[in-house]
Amino acid sequence: MDFSIIINEYQFYLEGIWTTFWLVSFSLLLGLLIAIPAGILHSSEKWWIKGPIWLYMYFFRGTPLLIQLFIIYYGAAQFELLRESWLWEYFQEAWFCALLAFTLNTGAYTAEIVRGVIGNMPKGELEAAKAYGMSAWQILRRITLPNSLRRALPAYSNEVIFMIHGSAIAGVVTIVDITGAARVVNARYYAPFEAYLAAGLLYMCLTFSVIYIFRQWEKRYLES
Amino acid sequence: MKKISLLIALFALSFNVAQAKEWKQIRIGVEGAYPPFSKTEADGSVTGFDIDLANALCAQMKAKCTLVKQDWDGIIPALLARKFDAIIATMDITEERKKKVAFTDKYQHIPARFVAVKGAQFQATEDFMKGKKIGVQRATTMDLYISDNFPAAKIKRYGSADDAYLDLKAGRLDYVMADSAAITDGLLGKDGGDKFAFIGPKLNDPKWFGEGAGIAIRKRDQDLAEQFNAAIKEIRANGTYKTIQDKYFSFDIYGEEK
Repeated sequence: MDFSIIINEYQFYLEGIWTTFWLVSFSLLLGLLIAIPAGILHSSEKWWIKGPIWLYMYFFRGTPLLIQLFIIYYGAAQFELLRESWLWEYFQEAWFCALLAFTLNTGAYTAEIVRGVIGNMPKGELEAAKAYGMSAWQILRRITLPNSLRRALPAYSNEVIFMIHGSAIAGVVTIVDITGAARVVNARYYAPFEAYLAAGLLYMCLTFSVIYIFRQWEKRYLES
Repeated sequence: MKKISLLIALFALSFNVAQAKEWKQIRIGVEGAYPPFSKTEADGSVTGFDIDLANALCAQMKAKCTLVKQDWDGIIPALLARKFDAIIATMDITEERKKKVAFTDKYQHIPARFVAVKGAQFQATEDFMKGKKIGVQRATTMDLYISDNFPAAKIKRYGSADDAYLDLKAGRLDYVMADSAAITDGLLGKDGGDKFAFIGPKLNDPKWFGEGAGIAIRKRDQDLAEQFNAAIKEIRANGTYKTIQDKYFSFDIYGEEK
């Protein structure tokens, strides 16, 4: 047991925390931008709207995140056409592939949460809104969304935590996130216990901060 | 109390006796992702120079050997955790590793080299390497060499050399650094390998690359190391080593006689 290793190599972990933080934050943010429209349109009656959304959610919830990352990172590199296009500038970067995979993944899961809470809207509120003469758009904007997103908070906090933990696989495509840092330190000093314990503690700190923030939001928006 | 201490003494004694044995059953950790030294075939079996060498050494020692496949990252911890008794995986003998494990004499010594797309520019200076993407296998001697000498380069660390070649082919890397023989077999000799070539000098500065590759064992198992050393000498003398070497390489991979 020698924790001086961790202190000596702190810059790896510092880089790791930063990478995990922005990678997960951006994926969640972009994922949310996909999830809200997808969750709303999922209940559309037109098959050509509903079909693609159903397929997207089914694929990304039906396969492991690691497989999705491999398909995007290694799979994309196989196509000459992509390698020669301007898109390759992005696809050649590991961080872009990870961001894309994480975004699409969390987007699908969050869309399912959004679909669920919208489906459970109290009928009375919707009828009251209709009686006031609001248009469908107004009802969505003023009643459905604020109410259901509030109710989605606890489930969404879970998704955020899963995403933080799921991001640990970014290390397999050379990204130095928290897990990547632990792997480098472990591989260099052959000290798996110290290296991964430090990583575990860092993930715990991140997770507890997230739980705390969501507690505050729930207090503010949910318990009134 | 006396009885207990007697028991402990007896136990310790029996342990010592057990240790002084001649090893008849040896479990050997191999990697399976570093051709031509060690690679995994389509049917899951492991083949390569390291594997043939391990089998030849075991035959020489008249020991029964079991090969255990283990990822490079965890190969030393697994040895220490007694998942196997020796590592034959082209592991360079370095000061850093000697802190954790003991080594036999070297059994091969091959210089490390850079590989890049044919016609690429190359200078082994810090300025030139600034921002260049260099792929290495994590925690190898090459990883340390690049980290120490070209800190301004973008080092990409991979779990296996095969993964690094994939990214070099995809254009994600400017250079890969690995054992020259491994590059020849794992990249240059394969489909699409004709687009790539060695670049820069042969590197074998002992400060980073050690004194060649040896068999790693736990520090307490000195008797096993001696058994291996004797076997290495014997197969070098009786021509078995050369037969195995010629199966994979067209040049001498042992280097200077010890």
